[in-house]
Amino acid sequence: MNSGDTAWVLMASALVLLMTIPGLAFFYGGLVRRKNVLSILMQCFIIVCVISLQWMLFGYSLAFGPDFHGIIGKLDWIGLAGVGATPNPDYTKTIPHSVFMIFQAMFAIITPALIIGAYAERVKFSAFLVFTLLWTTFVYDPLAHWVWGVGGWMRTLGALDFAGGIVVHVSSGISALVLALLLGKRVGYNHRPIRPHNLPFTVLGAALLWFGWFGFNAGSALAADGLAANAFITTHIATAAAGLTWALVEWWHNGSPTILGAATGAVAGLVAVTPACGFVNPMNAMFIGMIVAVICYIAVAIIKGKLGYDDSLDAFGVHGVGGAVGTIATGFFAEKAINAAGTDGLLFGNAHQLYVQSLSLIVTVAFAAIMTFVIFKIVDVIIGMRVEEHNEIVGLDLTQQSEAAYTVIE
Amino acid sequence: MKLVIAIIQPHKLEAVKRELEAVDVNLMTVTNVLGQGRQKGLTEIYRGAKEAGGLLNKVRLDIAVNEDFVEPTIKAITKGAHTGGVGDGKIFVVELAECIRISSGECGGGAIG
Repeated sequence: MNSGDTAWVLMASALVLLMTIPGLAFFYGGLVRRKNVLSILMQCFIIVCVISLQWMLFGYSLAFGPDFHGIIGKLDWIGLAGVGATPNPDYTKTIPHSVFMIFQAMFAIITPALIIGAYAERVKFSAFLVFTLLWTTFVYDPLAHWVWGVGGWMRTLGALDFAGGIVVHVSSGISALVLALLLGKRVGYNHRPIRPHNLPFTVLGAALLWFGWFGFNAGSALAADGLAANAFITTHIATAAAGLTWALVEWWHNGSPTILGAATGAVAGLVAVTPACGFVNPMNAMFIGMIVAVICYIAVAIIKGKLGYDDSLDAFGVHGVGGAVGTIATGFFAEKAINAAGTDGLLFGNAHQLYVQSLSLIVTVAFAAIMTFVIFKIVDVIIGMRVEEHNEIVGLDLTQQSEAAYTVIE
Repeated sequence: MKLVIAIIQPHKLEAVKRELEAVDVNLMTVTNVLGQGRQKGLTEIYRGAKEAGGLLNKVRLDIAVNEDFVEPTIKAITKGAHTGGVGDGKIFVVELAECIRISSGECGGGAIG
């Protein structure tokens, strides 16, 4: 046991919670119209409540419990039975098992919250709740086991995902695309761009995401050591490079640099460096940031418009595409000189790692897409995923929650 | 009685108020409005989605006046809001059928000022 490591991972857990509320809540909340801002805040907030309980009751055991054929964790740790102050050497020897559990809980919380960006402004609250619980149980928990659980098949295969590029961002991003396609466009979308109602909220949220992400990435070292420092620095550099690159690209392409663009680019940089941060050096992290900003810009500002799907807040365009870029980039830029527990990537002579990363990516995309399709269909038949058109026009705040964010007349 | 409706540039509100007060027109209702005239609006871009000609912020004044105040009111607004460029705004004058002061119940021209 090491008190420094324990203190850092506890602190990092709180930082990751900050990413969902208020970070992501305000990042997304500012992007919707004023009639729907409370629905976003509510969805983010209630996910924290629901998934925390799911994780304690059975989610943690499914993801990290004793391995069952590389596919899922056994339910030995249901209700956190046996998960206490004694470290679990399978994951780390220097912090209590319970600290590892609560750190991972915050990852399970933010992943379904990222998907909110795809169905924003048109999902029924009851259906959202059931979908989120099913998705976390049948998509997130198995994926976390495959990649991070001892005995999980992707981990055994040698897939590198330091802090969740595959588990968190690719899984939520591809599910977001499937949902956007199944749900259909918002009423009025395409006739005109839907304007964000409060960009200062969005920038505030993006800044809190950046801040909290140090817990997400550097905390994933599970120790207060040099590897954590490397993850902290590569995270920061990739984010700075991506924010600047996005602003420059749109300045050149559209004539104006926007704060929404700089903030979106920064988030894309955070996403892409997530799987790589503990395996790459700062110089290559900068390249990852620059590359992901260009690719995500093309995905969001050009391809999305041509294909015509309504991924309302670009959960797929930023997290799905950014996560995929980061996963592949890790297979390219990883080096053992940074992390002896990792491997070298293509750039350092190991082409095999690029193959492992690509295979993990493809399997994750297929698994998450199929499962999301099935869960959507089940919830849609039983409850109905989308609100009635009249309710969508009036807004989710009033029709789903009977409250309004702003008064116009005193 | 007439109702004078003026749509002006927001930054000219203070100047217009000063000119109106100089001709003893002190009662008005002011609202923020959006609009566009011949100059059209400015382009807005959100993650690459362009909206050309978004509406511009304007200020609207509603002023009820008796007949002999109509010309001075129009002149005061014009003087305060004029720059000579596009976007200076418009003034509309419409007939006013009735005016009632709520506190006293007084009706007609006497209730206006």
